[in-house]
Amino acid sequence: MYPSAGSEDGREPVIVVTSLAKRYGAIEAVRGIDLTVRRGETFGFLGPNGAGKTTTIKILCTLAAATSGRAMVAGYDTATQRDQVRRNIGLVFQDTTLDNYLTAEQNLRFHAELYGVPKGALGPRMRQVLDMVGLWDRKDSLVSTFSGGMQRRLEIARGLLHAPHVLFLDEPTVGLDPQTRSSIWAYINELKRREDITIFLTTHYMDEAEHCDRIAIIDHGRIVAMDTPEALKASVGTDRVQIHTADDEQAIDALRRVFGVTAGMHDGAVTFSVPSGEQFVPRLFAELGVPIRAVSVSRPSLDDVFMSYTGRTIRDTEVSGTDAMRQMAARWRGRR
Amino acid sequence: MTTDTIGKAAEAALVESIRVAVPEHGIRHDLRAASVVWRRELIRFKADRLRAVTSLIQPFLFLFILGTGLSSLAGGRLPPGVDFKTFIYPGVLAMSVLFTAIFSAGSIVWDREFGFLREILVAPVSRASIVVGKCLGGATIATLQGAVFLALAGFAHVPYDPLLLLALVGELLLLAFTLTAFGVMMAARITQFQAFMALTQMLVMPLFFLSGALYPLSGLPGWLTVLTRVDPLTYVVGPMREAVFSHLSIPAVEQHFLAPELTWAGWPVPTWLSLAMVAVMGLSMMGVAIAQFRRTE
Repeated sequence: MYPSAGSEDGREPVIVVTSLAKRYGAIEAVRGIDLTVRRGETFGFLGPNGAGKTTTIKILCTLAAATSGRAMVAGYDTATQRDQVRRNIGLVFQDTTLDNYLTAEQNLRFHAELYGVPKGALGPRMRQVLDMVGLWDRKDSLVSTFSGGMQRRLEIARGLLHAPHVLFLDEPTVGLDPQTRSSIWAYINELKRREDITIFLTTHYMDEAEHCDRIAIIDHGRIVAMDTPEALKASVGTDRVQIHTADDEQAIDALRRVFGVTAGMHDGAVTFSVPSGEQFVPRLFAELGVPIRAVSVSRPSLDDVFMSYTGRTIRDTEVSGTDAMRQMAARWRGRR
Repeated sequence: MTTDTIGKAAEAALVESIRVAVPEHGIRHDLRAASVVWRRELIRFKADRLRAVTSLIQPFLFLFILGTGLSSLAGGRLPPGVDFKTFIYPGVLAMSVLFTAIFSAGSIVWDREFGFLREILVAPVSRASIVVGKCLGGATIATLQGAVFLALAGFAHVPYDPLLLLALVGELLLLAFTLTAFGVMMAARITQFQAFMALTQMLVMPLFFLSGALYPLSGLPGWLTVLTRVDPLTYVVGPMREAVFSHLSIPAVEQHFLAPELTWAGWPVPTWLSLAMVAVMGLSMMGVAIAQFRRTE
């Protein structure tokens, strides 16, 4: 059904989802999803807001019951073995779930008690996870004094405290500035290196999906593509070429006449897609007939991948619709 | 960022040992969970001194302003040497735990709005342990609040008799528990804090006024007598007042007028039954709350 994944190396599956569907009244949030994530993988769920990412993650985390289909996490059924699933997963949601009135350490202790972390192991483990996210020296500060990025780091530390097999990150960097986003990713990558953990994350940032071993593109509750980022980009099969010319209109016209290529204006440059950019450029200079001032060839990005599977860019889907507004309202409420 | 203090091998061993040792579901784990939910209430109560002070203002006003102001009117019916403040003291004491208990349950709604509730609800513990911890936590801080007000007993000419104080604290604890259970039950369904506050205020004031906290339950018109008997708060305020008046040296006739036995159509309700009813109510509301939190989306 999908292009087969390159990273299926026989490691045991940790997440197995079959024909999963979820309906809220008349709305079909998830319409039949199948996927397998293996141990140690970082798996990304990429899609616009309202595509069904959060619903799927809620089912996997036992926070919502599926309408039909089945989801197994760490060998347990998310519908019938909730406690076993919960013991084996760590969660970081897009809205903060910290207690602002407690200190960082008190938040972690609360979590440790709820998850039954043995008292003897708690001290060193707390030190370890707080060190990993660089918050050890702030452990006695109230969470309300933390910046958004620090809060997210603390949530990641807390999600790891009980040494889960799977860490779920729902939009781990949403609402953070670019610098903080990249530092969060540095922590996640460090985490992958240090712990034998499977990471399942959702995102609508293309650049973040690049960090994943495999990604699934989800749109309207369905998976439309699933593979490694490289394989997905290769599957698009075209490069993007942008040229600056003396007369752009004439150039667009010539491209259509001479090469049969449809071009448009993007970012102030004539933009078009061809199967192999490097081989096309020499012909372009020889045959276009319009002076070219500059040329750039780029490999397809995940943006192009998303575009080719859904017919629109992720940014198109984001600004339209009430979903985005609802999401913003929810985030605003969460931050207040 | 890397830990120098913990060696790689030790680190791996640690991760492994924790993984192996995280316990299967059991009663000890549930007790630990209930106890941490309870402790969180105490930590937050300690941190929020302003709330502790402000929630004492209302009972303070009732006792010293209303109590003093009305004493000239009520004085004629009161036996010599009995202050009106003494009369309303048990009722106002009950009031001092009323709001704290409900407000503490309301923090569930607050936690839901701020997301923290989700952290609790995805934990591998029984919903019962969370609800029990919450109810006992609310009961504890409300009783602590009441104990502060209890320290003011002397100003209302209520003697500091250890047995009396013990009885009052016990009754406050029972009341606070039942009120918190009621609040938690409501909070399980309500998603907005404003709605929760509006609804509980709407219920709490009638409960207070109908409990006989401010007037004797004898010689009331029939319709009001019925209403007071329906109000659960009556079954705590009555015993508390009985306890206070049994420690004052006043004639039996007067005591009978001021702190009459509760009756159902003439049948005197024993104190133990009054208190047992309140306890059963609290426990059943807690049961409903647990059932509500068990449901998934």
